[in-house]
Amino acid sequence: MENTLRSIVQTLQEKFEVNKVEEFRGEVHVFIAPAQIVDALTHLRDNESFELMSAMTAVDYWPEGEDPRFNVICQLTSVSRDLSLQIRVPVAGASPSVPTVSGVYGSANWREREIFDMFGITFEGHPDLRRILMPFDWEGHPLRKDYPLGYEEPQFSFNFEEISLQKPGPKE
Amino acid sequence: MTQLQEVTVDELKHLVSERAVEGETMLLNMGPQHPATHGVLRLLLELDGEIVINCIPDIGYLHTGIEKNMEAKTYQKAEVMTDRLDYMNTVGNNLAYCMAVEKLVDLDVPVRAQGIRVILTELQRIASHLVWIGTHALDLAAMSMFMYAFREREIILDILELVSGQRMMTTYFRPGGVWRDVPVEFEDAVRNFIKIFPKRIDEYEALLTKNPLLLDRLLGIGVLTKETALSYSVTGPILRASGVDWDLRKARPYMGYEQYDFIVPVRTEGDNYARYLVRVQEMRESLKIVEQALDKLPMGPVRSDNRKFVPPPRSEIGVSMEALIHHFKLWTEGFDAPKASIYSAVEGPRGELGVFLEGDGGPKPYRVHMRTPSFDNLGVLPVISKGHLVADLIAIIGSIDFVLGDIDR
Repeated sequence: MENTLRSIVQTLQEKFEVNKVEEFRGEVHVFIAPAQIVDALTHLRDNESFELMSAMTAVDYWPEGEDPRFNVICQLTSVSRDLSLQIRVPVAGASPSVPTVSGVYGSANWREREIFDMFGITFEGHPDLRRILMPFDWEGHPLRKDYPLGYEEPQFSFNFEEISLQKPGPKE
Repeated sequence: MTQLQEVTVDELKHLVSERAVEGETMLLNMGPQHPATHGVLRLLLELDGEIVINCIPDIGYLHTGIEKNMEAKTYQKAEVMTDRLDYMNTVGNNLAYCMAVEKLVDLDVPVRAQGIRVILTELQRIASHLVWIGTHALDLAAMSMFMYAFREREIILDILELVSGQRMMTTYFRPGGVWRDVPVEFEDAVRNFIKIFPKRIDEYEALLTKNPLLLDRLLGIGVLTKETALSYSVTGPILRASGVDWDLRKARPYMGYEQYDFIVPVRTEGDNYARYLVRVQEMRESLKIVEQALDKLPMGPVRSDNRKFVPPPRSEIGVSMEALIHHFKLWTEGFDAPKASIYSAVEGPRGELGVFLEGDGGPKPYRVHMRTPSFDNLGVLPVISKGHLVADLIAIIGSIDFVLGDIDR
């Protein structure tokens, strides 16, 4: 770990409840409790000059993990200091919820809507938490691991009749 | 048939101002089938006369579940889906994904393959900017510009077809290198393009840069400040037009970009015109990179010889048992990646194109997230279009230069 990054992580550990710090191929992941995410990101933006939140996404660890089941991931970039840091927020599987960071980074508004749409994680205090990519009346959250990937069976001569029956057609 | 759900006014009331609820301002639906939205984008506009009070983008019409589909495919097969994200930058998407896989499994790329990758991504960047300049000018009523820009784009697509057999969905870059070496005609084709293109950019500039009709629509319209741009994670030419010197090719060089001499154009005005100038200048710089990369292109292998991740060449399969086993294993099972996650980003024509890749120790990615630049760049549209005329909104949309396939994924 670089010295500048190490001191940033140390400050984080002193100020906030850091559960774990991981390093892989030069990337540093800091695990922070959900309740402190807003303060931690505000601190990183204002004091450590991480101006840009490059990406925000989530991962579902079902069925191995139930608590925490999800990780919400914020990939931060400092343009002025040329640094990268990944903040991970572990979230429980039962009624998952994280405080919104859309007040800290403007781009989090849409990113959180996407995570809500795809994973069903709600963001408390979000100004406009609606589905963004899926239709508004869609049921389920597609990127969850317990949401099956749908297939359409190809129609060949041997099963032509069978599939034709299931195809939607004009109703009488 | 699914049942239609009713939406009450209260659910969506927070999106518009109080005056809209009282009926003082007008709500106008623009899109999803509108020629100026460059794809299937719907904008809900709240208008006071012709002034935009609120602009609410509605996206998702092109959502194809690419991230979910990639989880069900092996690392090599999932690459095909990345072409379909940003269909103006197919080669660049491949590059971002391949670099992510290479970082995850720690795979080397030969120098010649790096050179070929740089040449093709920079050509693709020019092609993408050509589509932008053509459609942007078309929106602003400069009809002929569209024809000129697509004429030059055709040359680049021909080069892509020459090396990969495909004009758009190339999948030419593979983890560990490129699919195969470029044909002998490649160098002449690129040299020919390098020779004719600078004059063509001069022609475009003669048509557009000082054109008073265009200046009226661009100067001082859609101003994006540096702070807003950073907060909304805007990247690419738009960020650089707002005065932030941030280009991943310079800041975090990959694929040997550090050996090429080029300038990152930066403007401070942050309006439509600054974005226009930055992109036009970028085309010239990209051409410089292509020329240098072609001059420096060494001979040598184009694929890594790490047989655990890259299939052996055809010539070896006939004589080596090991090669045959590797070939068979790689095309049936794929290769295993460690149980870890990485984030790798490249500078696409529209901004930071990042790939978040998490492996679970098996041959399929556990989670792929494509951080597509257009998604965040469109997110800033409601902010910068406030208070402008509807006609200026068209100019702002054009100058943001998003691709809906990139947004909806």
